[in-house]
Amino acid sequence: MSQPVAKDVVLETSNLVKHFPITRGIVLQTQVGAVRAVDGVDLKLRRGETLGVVGESGCGKSTLAKLLVGLEKPTSGSIDVRGQDMTRLRGAELRRARRNIQMVLQDPYTSLNPRMTVGDIIGEPFDIHTEVVPRGERKQRVRELLDLVGLNPEHINRYPHQFSGGQRQRIGIARALALKPEIIVCDEPVSALDVSIQAQVINLLERLQDELGLSYIFIAHDLSVVRHIADRVAVMYLGKIVEIGVEDEIYERPTHPYTQALLSAVPVPDPTLRGQRDQIVLEGDVPSPANPPSGCRFRTRCWKAQDICAEQEPALTEREQSAHPSACHFAEERNVVHAVE
Amino acid sequence: MTDIKAEIDVLPGLDSSARLLDVENLHVEFRTQAGVARAINGVDIHLDPGETLAILGESGCGKSVTAQAIMGILDSPPGFVTKGAIRYRGVDLLKLPEEQRRKVRANHIAMIFQDALSALNPVFSIGFQLGELFRVHRGTSRQDARRRSIELLDLVKIPAARQRINDYPHQFSGGMRQRVMIAMALALDPKVLIADEPTTALDVTVQAQIMNLLAELRRERNMGLILITHDMGVVADVADRISVMYAGKVVEEAPVLDIYARPAHPYTKALLESIPRLDMKGQQLNVIKGLPPNLLRIPAGCPFHPRCAYARDVCRADPPPQQYDVAPARTARCHFWTEVVGDEPAGS
Ligand SMILES: Nc1ncnc2c1ncn2[C@@H]1O[C@H](COP(=O)(O)OP(=O)(O)OP(=O)(O)O)[C@@H](O)[C@H]1O
Ligand SMILES: Nc1ncnc2c1ncn2[C@@H]1O[C@H](COP(=O)(O)OP(=O)(O)OP(=O)(O)O)[C@@H](O)[C@H]1O
Ligand code: SF4
Ligand code: SF4
Ligand SMILES: [Mg+2]
Ligand SMILES: [Mg+2]
Repeated sequence: MSQPVAKDVVLETSNLVKHFPITRGIVLQTQVGAVRAVDGVDLKLRRGETLGVVGESGCGKSTLAKLLVGLEKPTSGSIDVRGQDMTRLRGAELRRARRNIQMVLQDPYTSLNPRMTVGDIIGEPFDIHTEVVPRGERKQRVRELLDLVGLNPEHINRYPHQFSGGQRQRIGIARALALKPEIIVCDEPVSALDVSIQAQVINLLERLQDELGLSYIFIAHDLSVVRHIADRVAVMYLGKIVEIGVEDEIYERPTHPYTQALLSAVPVPDPTLRGQRDQIVLEGDVPSPANPPSGCRFRTRCWKAQDICAEQEPALTEREQSAHPSACHFAEERNVVHAVE
Repeated sequence: MTDIKAEIDVLPGLDSSARLLDVENLHVEFRTQAGVARAINGVDIHLDPGETLAILGESGCGKSVTAQAIMGILDSPPGFVTKGAIRYRGVDLLKLPEEQRRKVRANHIAMIFQDALSALNPVFSIGFQLGELFRVHRGTSRQDARRRSIELLDLVKIPAARQRINDYPHQFSGGMRQRVMIAMALALDPKVLIADEPTTALDVTVQAQIMNLLAELRRERNMGLILITHDMGVVADVADRISVMYAGKVVEEAPVLDIYARPAHPYTKALLESIPRLDMKGQQLNVIKGLPPNLLRIPAGCPFHPRCAYARDVCRADPPPQQYDVAPARTARCHFWTEVVGDEPAGS
């Protein structure tokens, strides 16, 4: 694999942190703690690449997505888009930079305003970024967008309830494409869809990426879908990335115990593999992100934990037994996806 | 055991040599303002003790309505069973007065729902809700009910059950609430358990815990389990048999190994080819064109024909008249099942 040159990087975060304050009192609010939703995330996204982000509910995936598109303000850290730190930009400069990074949301049923026509929904970004398309050409541009995502341009005056779930997700994608971004952050874009519709939307996202050279951050809890669409994958646990690598490294050669447990729990649609795969059953629940365990955050559920795991936080780095970055003192490969002899 | 006596009192005509559960030609419709939605159009399913039957299908195909009809909890009106029989050990439940159905529901057939939080009462403690089952249905004393509630929470592996019994539903995690639901369903020792998407809202790690727990309890109690799901991975892991539903009908029924190896209905085949697999890379995803039908206007002929890769003129005119026998214990509702079952699965 060729070493990517720096100019290929379209998005880079460095030590990105988002803490939500926990307050007590109604009139006089005092902060009594913080939910450490995203707690020091470093990642790079390259041109034309899809980075999958996986992890259990509450690990910080959506918060990360919102930080990237500017819907939440980071507590600290930086977000560089094409070499500009978004967290430092203001006013017109910020607006222009934001055009470049758009978002597609999970729920096609609630993320679209039911009282707006499809044309208005897709064209709405042009109201904010009036410089992108001259007023007179908007309708034409919206029709092109509808066509691009496989919807009938004649349906421009229909309302969201007149479309199915998969079609609504296409509307969401068309809207995200309106400002011609380079980067699209997809937060669970197919999770609410039926399997037969899911494949339609996945194929659409792949086609658009090829045609438009888009880069995707693809967030999902379905590890099979992520394997299908992602070039690289980041595994999150309690606000941190615990393992990151190319698709093959994460699925064929996972080295972090959490990744291994997660993968082993995913059922495979093949009954001949029943009981043939290595099964790791995790005990207990994810600890509260307001009060994460010391040292390694996974240690309360980890079957390999030693004293050092409570004392020293393992860095996300390559290790003797892990060719790709893994945040475990005892990282080593284990086959959990295929049958074991 | 007084419990058994109570059962026999409840259900005159119960025949222990008859099939555990036998649903025959079930029809359900919803009479709404927009018209009559024909949600279930002749469903046949059956279940034996200790067996796991998966009902698989996409949103709106009638999985939950089938379960609600079996349980006798259909939203009525607008929902009505218009035809068919639901026999539990030979007794047609549809012919029982509501009073007796309520007792069947508690003692013989139990159900767990996708959304445990909304199925539990937020204002009562877990212990009270469990204990109430014993007090009402078994006349158990308060103290005994409490003891048995703790035993049940232990059974479903709630840690420190004795301490947690006075907690309220919101104090439990999603996975723990689903365990409490399972405990409540099992309280009166049912012979049939229907689990409607029991893990859809949960993380995969928790899903694995719950599925293991259900399998263990089913085995120990020799219960019949109906698992409703749209997840073909979960089905491959736990089911003995599968009924695939489309537009309110069972379109294919088969033992689990056969159906994955050689589907006999185009819909099953297309579904299997449209899901990404964890253990494969660079897979080509097959797209099923179009959408499931609107139940107010189910297409003439075979309801799958607008989306079917095998469809011909006969499919647009005539629905497959029956479930064809593909093999012993295997049926498919398709004119061209021989062709489908003979085709190599794509992508392998
Ligand atoms: N606005 C907020 N105020 C306080 N806490 C928040 C806020 N938004 C998110 N959190 C908390 O931050 C943590 C991460 O939440 P987030 O929604 O990012 O998780 P997620 O990985 O997207 O989960 P899911 O898979 O359920 O969507 C959770 O503990 C959540 O409760
Ligand atoms: N109370 C109701 N009133 C009107 N129609 C209903 C009602 N309940 C169900 N239906 C209709 O019956 C059909 C079957 O619904 P059902 O809930 O059984 O689907 P399902 O297979 O369980 O889907 P899902 O996977 O989304 O749970 C649907 O089209 C639904 O709209
Ligand atoms: S660092 Fe220790 S506790 Fe953390 S994953 Fe590795 S072995 Fe487990
Ligand atoms: S009967 Fe015809 S349309 Fe229906 S599934 Fe079979 S081939 Fe397809
Ligand atoms: Mg989220
Ligand atoms: Mg349902």
